Amino acid sequence: MIPARALLGAFMVFIAAAPFILPEFHVALLNYIALATMVSLGLVLLTGVAGVMSFGQQVFAGIAAYATALITTKYGGSPWIGLLLALALVAVVALFLGAITLRLSGHYLPISTIAWGIAIYFMFGNLELFGKYTGLPDVPRLAGPLATYYVIWAATLALLLASANLLDSRAGRAIRALRFRAVMAESFGVDVLRLKNIVFLYAALFAGLSGWLYAHYLRFVSPSAFNVNAGIDYLFMAVIGGASHVWGAVIGASILIFLKEYLKGLVPSGLGASGNYEIVVFGVLMMLLLHRASGGLAPVLSRWTVRRGRRRIALEAPTLPRRAQPGPGSALLEVKKAAKRFGGLVAVRELSFDMRAGEILGLIGPNGAGKSTMFNLITGVLPAEGGEIAFRGERIDGLPPREIARRGIARTFQHVNLVGTMTVLENVAIGAHLRGGRGTLRAMLHAERAEEAQLLAEAARQVERVGLSAQLHDAAGSLPLGQQRLVEIARALSADPTLLLLDEPAAGLRYAEKQALAALLRRLRGEGMSILLVEHDMEFVMGLVDRLVVMDFGEKLAEGLPGAVQANPAVVEAYLGGVE
Amino acid sequence: MTADIVLWLAQDGITNGAIYALLALALLLVFSVTRIIFVPQGEFISYAALSLALLQAGQVPGVVYVLVGGGLLAALFATGAAIRDRAPARVPWILLGYVALPCAMAALAWWAAPRKLDLVWQVLIALGLVVPLGPIVYRVAYQPLAKASILVLFIASMAVHYVLTGLGLVFFGGEGLRSAAFSDLSFKVGVLQISSQSLLVIFASVLVMVALWLFFGRSIYGKALRATAVNRVGARLVGIRTGLAGGLCFLLAAFIGALSGVLISPITTIYYDTGFLIGLKGFVGAILGGMASYPFAVVGAIVLGLLEAYVSFWSSAFKETLVFAIIIPPLIWLSLRSRQVEEDEEEE
Repeated sequence: MIPARALLGAFMVFIAAAPFILPEFHVALLNYIALATMVSLGLVLLTGVAGVMSFGQQVFAGIAAYATALITTKYGGSPWIGLLLALALVAVVALFLGAITLRLSGHYLPISTIAWGIAIYFMFGNLELFGKYTGLPDVPRLAGPLATYYVIWAATLALLLASANLLDSRAGRAIRALRFRAVMAESFGVDVLRLKNIVFLYAALFAGLSGWLYAHYLRFVSPSAFNVNAGIDYLFMAVIGGASHVWGAVIGASILIFLKEYLKGLVPSGLGASGNYEIVVFGVLMMLLLHRASGGLAPVLSRWTVRRGRRRIALEAPTLPRRAQPGPGSALLEVKKAAKRFGGLVAVRELSFDMRAGEILGLIGPNGAGKSTMFNLITGVLPAEGGEIAFRGERIDGLPPREIARRGIARTFQHVNLVGTMTVLENVAIGAHLRGGRGTLRAMLHAERAEEAQLLAEAARQVERVGLSAQLHDAAGSLPLGQQRLVEIARALSADPTLLLLDEPAAGLRYAEKQALAALLRRLRGEGMSILLVEHDMEFVMGLVDRLVVMDFGEKLAEGLPGAVQANPAVVEAYLGGVE
Repeated sequence: MTADIVLWLAQDGITNGAIYALLALALLLVFSVTRIIFVPQGEFISYAALSLALLQAGQVPGVVYVLVGGGLLAALFATGAAIRDRAPARVPWILLGYVALPCAMAALAWWAAPRKLDLVWQVLIALGLVVPLGPIVYRVAYQPLAKASILVLFIASMAVHYVLTGLGLVFFGGEGLRSAAFSDLSFKVGVLQISSQSLLVIFASVLVMVALWLFFGRSIYGKALRATAVNRVGARLVGIRTGLAGGLCFLLAAFIGALSGVLISPITTIYYDTGFLIGLKGFVGAILGGMASYPFAVVGAIVLGLLEAYVSFWSSAFKETLVFAIIIPPLIWLSLRSRQVEEDEEEE
């Protein structure tokens, strides 16, 4: 085992010393590796972490390279004006392309990235102004070769550090939830679509910076560097390195570029078809990797290294401001004639009930009664088709889940919805997303550490509240189901909610775990929390709730105190079947 | 632009559009059954077109090596799986399908090439060399990933595309080839000169579409594929093997790709990597049709063909740019009517 810091230190020393110890050719390769790292680092964030796939990053590099080449060669501008213009142009294009594809489901984006990659390539190659396929020569250099090398690597390392910082922050936790847990993130106030656009923009800007450096390093821009294969190579680099790890970008870029050079020398000239032979090897390599180790190489590397100790949680950090809670007994939630149908099936039919602050209301009914649908109508995951839902006197039907979360409703999920690779602490901190406000830019600079300390301290307190302090730094996916359900509750609590919505929290729990859960919910009620509980486990519900609403076939069957409801013949019939 | 040019371009556009329509159908079929974005479709087009041109020149197409080699690899994978499943009864069939059949096709090509048989036989041999590659590619590259996400399968498609393009360069070389026209006949209808090649392309496309319609509507295998497309798990529970459905799908897709290649080879010069662009135009056609329904995909593809024909008349330099940029308006339209938050992707 090697300490990760020592490895990082050795890498920095190597990069700093390389121009003095390596032959010129290898230093050039290092430059290419750095340039490719920047682009594939964008893909690590975009594809590996956020789950948005692009084969078109070379487009952004190309736009930046051509922009700066034109400014400096045809209009006599300085490279710095070229940089500003290049990045501005890249940003505009990325925002436009993101706006038209990021709403669509997974496969549209990669197909359309290939399509616009081809469109732009042929445009570069046919425009008179861009020198057609011969390109634009005589782009001025930024500095001497040695200084350029350091500029390129300084930019690369800065982007690596910024990306690592970003992933370890409030915004980063939200980004890490995008790929598999978008609905959950939205339910805790993350604007998923906006965040995807932001990540897409960053990935494009990383590629743009690489393209700008490329133009001034090579001093020549031609379309061939920005063809579709370049875009495929960048994604391959990210996958080879390990698409969920920032260092994967460096590893992937190094392997691919070294291999390319090495294979070029190996191609037997007798085949007469040199040049493209290496893509067969890359293809086979990718297949092997996908079949055998789809996580890439970075996770393998991180198995050999030890990281420094766990981050200390500053429990002495000032606590986050809390929401003003309504007085006990005041009207909290009013559902009036809510309706929802799926095709011909009426899931919820004109259901009405209301809830007062400080009570535990149970919403029960047999399987298929429409409980979870009702739950999704309140949380905004599904749009209601009729009726009104009001929370503290304000209508919330029609609002997106993140707006409902902002008003003080926090939920758990029937199917546990945690980011399995994140720690318990990080998962719970997502719940406090709306209690922080620092965005991605500050996170990259780690200029939000004070707020971050508050958020983590709050999360740690909620983890303690549900009794999981011992598992604080464990990966959430490694916990047994019962504890995962508690993590769900802790996450909802860290939102400082007025109303806590629990969707079948006892499902799949053992008897002792149910007892502990009931005790926790009673304690929360004692602290003034209002809880709406969807369950079909009667025994669990009966001893716990203040009032019950019973649903069957989308309608309200009964409402009242647990004892009265239990004695209601209609309820008995719904649960046990009628006497024919 | 005079009326005869308009009509002539329309003929050109509809001919190309018919090919794009076939490809769009194959891509939709593969996507709905296996969730694979089938980028390597383009290589089947190139392989078949180049094989036909080489057979016409009396040479053995290099694709025989890919076929036999790929077949051996697929047999190795399948036998391994059969041993793991303790199903030795499968082995003879594996050897027959993945080893004997490719070897027989290669031998046939070897025998037939110098003899310069009739065009019909050359077409059949070219198809016979390329179509078996479909199930072979599925077995080797995709079947081990059957449970992977759409995105992983997409990366795999790109890897297969790299391998097949690279092999295409190795075995066909970098030179472009064009095969001789199937017939030189042409008819004059009013001002328009209709070439029999165009008619043949359109006729073959319609024939394939009708055959596909019958296959999916009537045959048990077609219904099995439809069932898999609707619900993969459910289909497996009633006894439709995912591997079988995938292999069958790729067989059909490879047939459509190879047929397109054969049909297009007398019209355009084909290089080892031309198929990639043609295949992608099939995707653009499918997206124009909303990536959902087969009839819309056909309409989208034909619109694309027409658009390409007229655009190349006005500005041939920007033909590709405009043809691929045309996906932007439908994407805007799809974006505007899509829901805010997509369903979560399944975790691997």
